[in-house]
Amino acid sequence: MSEHLVGTSHLETAATAAPERRERAWARPLYLLLALLLACALPWFIYPPIALDILCWGLFAISVDLLLGYTGLLSFGHAAFWGSSAYITGIVAIETGMPFPVAILLGALAAMVIAVPTGWLAVRSTGIYFAMVTLAFAQMLYFVANRASGLTGGENGLQGIPRPFFGMELIETEAFYFYYAALPLIILGCFIAWRTVHSPFGRVLLAIRDNPARARALGFDVEGYKIVVFVISAGIAGVAGGVFSSGHGFASLNDLMWTTSGKAVLITVLGGIGTLWGAMVGSGILVTLEDYLTTLGFEGIGIVTGTMFIVIVLLFRRGIWGSVQQAWHWALGKARLRWG
Amino acid sequence: MSTGSAPPILETKALTRSFSGFTAVNSVDLTIGEGTVHALVGPNGAGKTTLFNLLTGFLTPSSGTIHFQGRDITGMDPERIVPLGLARSFQITSLFEQMSLLEHLELALASGTGLTRKFWKSVKVLGRFHDRGMQHLEEVGLADRANQAAGSLSYGQKRALELALALALEPKLLLLDEPTAGMGLEDVDRTIELIQRLRHGRTVVFVDHNMHVVGSLADEVTVLQSGQILAQGTYDAVRADERVITAYLGESHA
Ligand SMILES: Nc1ncnc2c1ncn2[C@@H]1O[C@H](COP(=O)(O)OP(=O)(O)OP(=O)(O)O)[C@@H](O)[C@H]1O
Ligand SMILES: [Mg+2]
Repeated sequence: MSEHLVGTSHLETAATAAPERRERAWARPLYLLLALLLACALPWFIYPPIALDILCWGLFAISVDLLLGYTGLLSFGHAAFWGSSAYITGIVAIETGMPFPVAILLGALAAMVIAVPTGWLAVRSTGIYFAMVTLAFAQMLYFVANRASGLTGGENGLQGIPRPFFGMELIETEAFYFYYAALPLIILGCFIAWRTVHSPFGRVLLAIRDNPARARALGFDVEGYKIVVFVISAGIAGVAGGVFSSGHGFASLNDLMWTTSGKAVLITVLGGIGTLWGAMVGSGILVTLEDYLTTLGFEGIGIVTGTMFIVIVLLFRRGIWGSVQQAWHWALGKARLRWG
Repeated sequence: MSTGSAPPILETKALTRSFSGFTAVNSVDLTIGEGTVHALVGPNGAGKTTLFNLLTGFLTPSSGTIHFQGRDITGMDPERIVPLGLARSFQITSLFEQMSLLEHLELALASGTGLTRKFWKSVKVLGRFHDRGMQHLEEVGLADRANQAAGSLSYGQKRALELALALALEPKLLLLDEPTAGMGLEDVDRTIELIQRLRHGRTVVFVDHNMHVVGSLADEVTVLQSGQILAQGTYDAVRADERVITAYLGESHA
């Protein structure tokens, strides 16, 4: 009756609707403040372009988690939305010179438009077949982008994407300042994901994830809900991809490649499926590790990250953040028992 | 065949469903009078669940028609049929294991209001269904467990929650697939009592293998065998029918 994802069926997802988490009233604003402080402090400790990469890949993985952890859909073609927005953002910035946030939002909008037919077709299948349909779409888009070299630069990619911002030169040229200018867009993406998950709509998504037949018997249009969340997810992936190409100043075919989709899924699983914020943690670990290995001149990055992935998945079924949460709740419970 | 005293709320004509050559439901003409309690019985594999799946849109018929309150619902999706007032429960307990009981009820009550499409609102808006949800839980004796996860319930309690969910949809016609399957005697009697209470103002069709349940509840009984209607009538009439005895007990007893 319930559909399990072929590849991840033994992994636990942390997202539950049950009101087990009775946090104190001050807890949520406090955590939020801490997260914000951390986000603001990041480029002081980490090379700013890498700090921005962490945010972009983290938001991208959040968009994957919205489907995987909260709806039970494994998209293996999310590069289609990340990549198409990366290109559209670049083309808009180059051709019109509009402020970069506008270019990024247009990129995200384009990703959502592409997601409508993709989602419409993909939700007709479930499990591994859903993953295959999304992958096929992404590959098709990759092929198209490669062919349309007049627009995309083909193999060379789209070079020299500017990031106009009302003539504020520091933001337009320096990664450190651009980071802060782009941060609100990342926060917007996170907020949309959070809002969706904690909405009546999100409750139906959990129901669909856990028992689609039951959800239908309650009168919910399961396919319709899946299409809508797919489009929302694509928009969030689009914001991430747009910030990424803006930040780097170029978009390439790599952004549309299946390995990009795979990396987003990997980060989600690493951080913890159904934890939302775990994606940011997973991204922080993976991106800094990759960067560290690159600066060492190390060749087999894939082997290291792959091994780490397997170890973490085998040791921590809930991913890094999911396991931290579990330990935290366990410790809180103990403390309450002892101190009342 | 039909008693014909009450106007029909549901009517199927030559309803048929095949699975790659095998006909699970074969040319079934079924008429359910409004306000009646109707039992659907038959041996394992007779096609009872398949028939329910056809009536509720979970399967599309190979041929034939279904009319609900005079309206053709043949081939409609469940999400369109449910709002018309046709709800079902499942033979195999089918819940959202991690959700609390109250959250189940909130979902069922919110279904059809359009509120659940709002991804920009806080989930707290579902709180408006709290009181009605508690009433429904009370009705099936689960109010004290409202905040527990459904996965933590006993089997009998899960069946009761299934009933509460179907009722929360306020159906005119309620299809119950083996509501007492696997229950102990006490739970069976509680369920009989519950169905007797909830039948007022609605029509109930239920599948059950327990003849005690059928005998105490059903105004009318339809016997299905190999996808076809074998007999139909009151419980006593059907029980005395030779073809039914043969179907249930085998040739030697006939
Ligand atoms: N999706 C399907 N694909 C193929 N065959 C099916 C399918 N669904 C049901 N059947 C077959 O149709 C026949 C009728 O099954 P159904 O579940 O309707 O019987 P039932 O009367 O509900 O039996 P039970 O009393 O055991 O619940 C069975 O032989 C079953 O194997
Ligand atoms: Mg059955």
